[in-house]
Amino acid sequence: MSNKMHIKLTVNGEAHEFLAEPRELLIHTLRERLDITGPHIGCETTHCGACTVTMNGKSVKSCTVFVAQANGADLTTIEGIGDPDNLHALQTSFKEHHGLQCGFCTPGMITRAAKFLEENPNPTEEDVRFGMAGNLCRCTGYQNIVKAILATADELNAAKEAAE
Amino acid sequence: MKDDITREDRVDALGGMGCKRKRVEDARFTQGKGNYVDDIKLPGMLFGDFVRSPYAHARITSINKEAALAIDGVVAVLTAEDLAPLGLHWMPTLAGDKQMVLADGKVLFQGQEVAFIVAKDRYVAADAVEMLDVQYEELPVITDPYEALQSDVVLREDLDTNVPGAHGPRKHHNHIFTWEVGDEPATNQVMDDAEVVAEESMYYHRTHPCPLETCGSVASMDKINGKLTLWGTFQAPHVVRTVASMLSGIEEHNIRVVSPDIGGGFGNKVGVYPGYICSIVASIVTGKPVKWVEDRMENLMSTAFARDYWMKGKISATKDGKITGLHCHVTADHGAFDACADPTKFPAGFMNICTGSYDIPVAYLGVDGVYTNKAPGGVSYRCSFRVTEAVYFIERMIEVLAIKLNMDSAELRRINFIRKDQFPYKAALGWEYDSGDYHTAWDKALKAVDYDGLRAEQAQRVEDFKAGKTRKLMGVGLSFFTEIVGAGPVKNCDILGMGMFDSCEIRIHPTGSAIARLGTISQGQGHATTFAQILATEIGLPADSITIEEGDTDTAPYGLGTYGSRSTPVAGAATALAGRKIRAKAQMIAAYLLEVHDSDVEFDVDRFTVKGAPEKFKTMKEIAYAAYNQAIPGLEPGLEAVSYYDPPNMTYPFGAYVCVMDVDVDTGVTDIRRFYALDDCGTRINPMIIDGQIHGGLTEALAVALGQEIAYDKQGNVKTGTLMDFFLPTAWEVPNYETDFTVTPSPHHPIGAKGVGESPHVGGVPCFSNAVNDAFRAFGLTHTNMPHDHWRIWKTANALGLHD
Ligand code: FES
Ligand code: FES
Repeated sequence: MSNKMHIKLTVNGEAHEFLAEPRELLIHTLRERLDITGPHIGCETTHCGACTVTMNGKSVKSCTVFVAQANGADLTTIEGIGDPDNLHALQTSFKEHHGLQCGFCTPGMITRAAKFLEENPNPTEEDVRFGMAGNLCRCTGYQNIVKAILATADELNAAKEAAE
Repeated sequence: MKDDITREDRVDALGGMGCKRKRVEDARFTQGKGNYVDDIKLPGMLFGDFVRSPYAHARITSINKEAALAIDGVVAVLTAEDLAPLGLHWMPTLAGDKQMVLADGKVLFQGQEVAFIVAKDRYVAADAVEMLDVQYEELPVITDPYEALQSDVVLREDLDTNVPGAHGPRKHHNHIFTWEVGDEPATNQVMDDAEVVAEESMYYHRTHPCPLETCGSVASMDKINGKLTLWGTFQAPHVVRTVASMLSGIEEHNIRVVSPDIGGGFGNKVGVYPGYICSIVASIVTGKPVKWVEDRMENLMSTAFARDYWMKGKISATKDGKITGLHCHVTADHGAFDACADPTKFPAGFMNICTGSYDIPVAYLGVDGVYTNKAPGGVSYRCSFRVTEAVYFIERMIEVLAIKLNMDSAELRRINFIRKDQFPYKAALGWEYDSGDYHTAWDKALKAVDYDGLRAEQAQRVEDFKAGKTRKLMGVGLSFFTEIVGAGPVKNCDILGMGMFDSCEIRIHPTGSAIARLGTISQGQGHATTFAQILATEIGLPADSITIEEGDTDTAPYGLGTYGSRSTPVAGAATALAGRKIRAKAQMIAAYLLEVHDSDVEFDVDRFTVKGAPEKFKTMKEIAYAAYNQAIPGLEPGLEAVSYYDPPNMTYPFGAYVCVMDVDVDTGVTDIRRFYALDDCGTRINPMIIDGQIHGGLTEALAVALGQEIAYDKQGNVKTGTLMDFFLPTAWEVPNYETDFTVTPSPHHPIGAKGVGESPHVGGVPCFSNAVNDAFRAFGLTHTNMPHDHWRIWKTANALGLHD
């Protein structure tokens, strides 16, 4: 088809530059162009949150962002949240509290939860349930996800206090 | 003594059955390193996309490929005409019917696959989908099964009404089968003679399993070696291989089917879909790997609905509430093709478990399957075959009878439960329940929630409502369910002729670690964690040293897959038995090493000890090493075993649920204040995973009961094609659940386990629905159909005059 655009973006600290059709969806850029397959596709209509990434400091559903809109953006995906030797507290906590089953929602869930805890480091259970309502899970019934997030908040706060 | 650690320490070190072992799967999933079908990327891979019918019933007058093929990057456009020479334009369904792979002359439901576009990427494919020129001539649409049975309109022109279908004679051109179980004259007689008879009609609406990952496949035909590899979202990979071989003519050893990580199944991924076939054909035609992944709208419109049962019930009793008989008739809407995923001899699955947990002496069930202009499917959405429908039916009928008798429904249940001493219990509709202790579970549940207190609070609420002090009513939903899971036995359960056994193959490595492969496939149930626990206990090696592998037909032993809660009952049994074979050989090795007779050593946690002299022992680790590295007279080297398990009976998990709900009469909004779930799944392998399964199953039950449906308009348009209209609860709408348990081991299962993944869905749906119905009982409501969304609840309240 069509006119391609010159796109630059940074994902998990790594810079990328390429030509793409402006209509390309960010989730496809990540998954198919850059082989970053952590974020998943559950609906492509902004309902499920499986595709959640952090873009310029905000949680976004990357299935509903054109790559043209992401030009120049700084992105973090699940792959950039932690690494095997240095896991994010949420990654440990989801395992500890059995906050996942099939794992399909998990990358989006943890990516959103990480951002959520930055936005609100002292959430109530209600805050968590509301703040995570953009991410659907079909397997867990959310109970253990909520538990994992609340436990992480405590853990991060305790660590912060200890450091102070 | 070589060591001073206690026996308890040794048990703990194994991480065996009963412990809350953390999941080994989680490391990859929490780090974005899962490997799902859409993550598979092969060199030169093409992408396939469907052109689908906008009409629910229409004749195709022409297909012109020119404009689509003209698009740069489009490689092929396949239609029924292209598949016909290969005999692949139709395929057999699991229910003994056949289904169009691509529309052959006409379309029978909205969203039906008409053509398959193959292009260099998904964008080009989507462009070409828009450009394909298909001309239709509309035909009259039927979306109501009762209308279908009266109508002159012939939906399936390919079938001859005079020729019996897979399940016997057909009464009308839109009729599929009649299935009858039980004694109808005797049941009618009991009804005629009864002191009390309650009747109700209920519609269990059409819904959809909707796992978060949609269905998809990647086919790669290696023409040089004649090998086809097929990755896909398959709950039954081995069956897919056999079916693919039978359809394509490629010998089975030349087909490798792989189920990689699966993003939830819930029954959606049991069937064989046109996309799988088309990706295979496209790979054969183009010589390139071809990926097909459906989008959410395609998934909801075309891939495997669930339920859609119109049920009419009659239940008779003495005036004291002792049930004397049950009559059930179902008109089952199967859509355009009968593609139900049920064992062959059960066209309505295990709907004949509809006598539930009650000792009902006489019963009858009749089911009529009907074609309509709706999508095919009829899968078991998080339940064993049609058990959800059966349990909903009986648990609603109990409530209806309680109203008729003016009796408390908890008490009505109690006086009709099958007693503990009646097991094994032969039910009126044929099943033999293996075990149960319903009264104990029921009493525990009612006590835990302070049942009498709840009823008193509810009565007070009714008073307050009448006095104008509140606009919220209170419902107490009860359900007691018995599931039937773990199909086989092979003698009466098969799918397409393939017996429903399952399997496990174990290899112990010389250093005392192991790999075990099974015929099942996890879709989130945590098999890699729990099956290793079973083995750890059986063979005395730590669960952390045991790798579990499933889903690759080249390496795993043949099995029928994971659905109907059959993994633990069937493959779990195979695992235990294969483990026992390993142990039997290990015993001989140990005896040789300890220089005593075989019968003089005994197994103890992680070792064999000399009887009466526990300080003399060989650990399983030592035995594993010796198995490979020491010449033992009369024994082959190595330590491996395989077991194919054909269960003697199914297992019958049960449970008692209570839901406390507030219902706002003016807005129809429901608030679940409390949900208590007691499950008895027999021996418990991993309590953490059991709880997780229950939370998830209850949430899917909440969805179905309170809003989730696939709805059609009169023209056969799907009104619920996106997640905007199709209800999936968020964290905001879901309560915290209290879980509890009793343990009644299955007497015939090697470790006494019964399966649990589906129980909460089966028991949960009627529990939520009963809560809504119960809230209005004091105002004269007997029954209102699901889904109980806000609007429908408001209408119910309005019809009862509560807004006046
Ligand atoms: S795929 Fe983006 S919200 Fe569902
Ligand atoms: S773990 Fe399966 S969708 Fe959340």
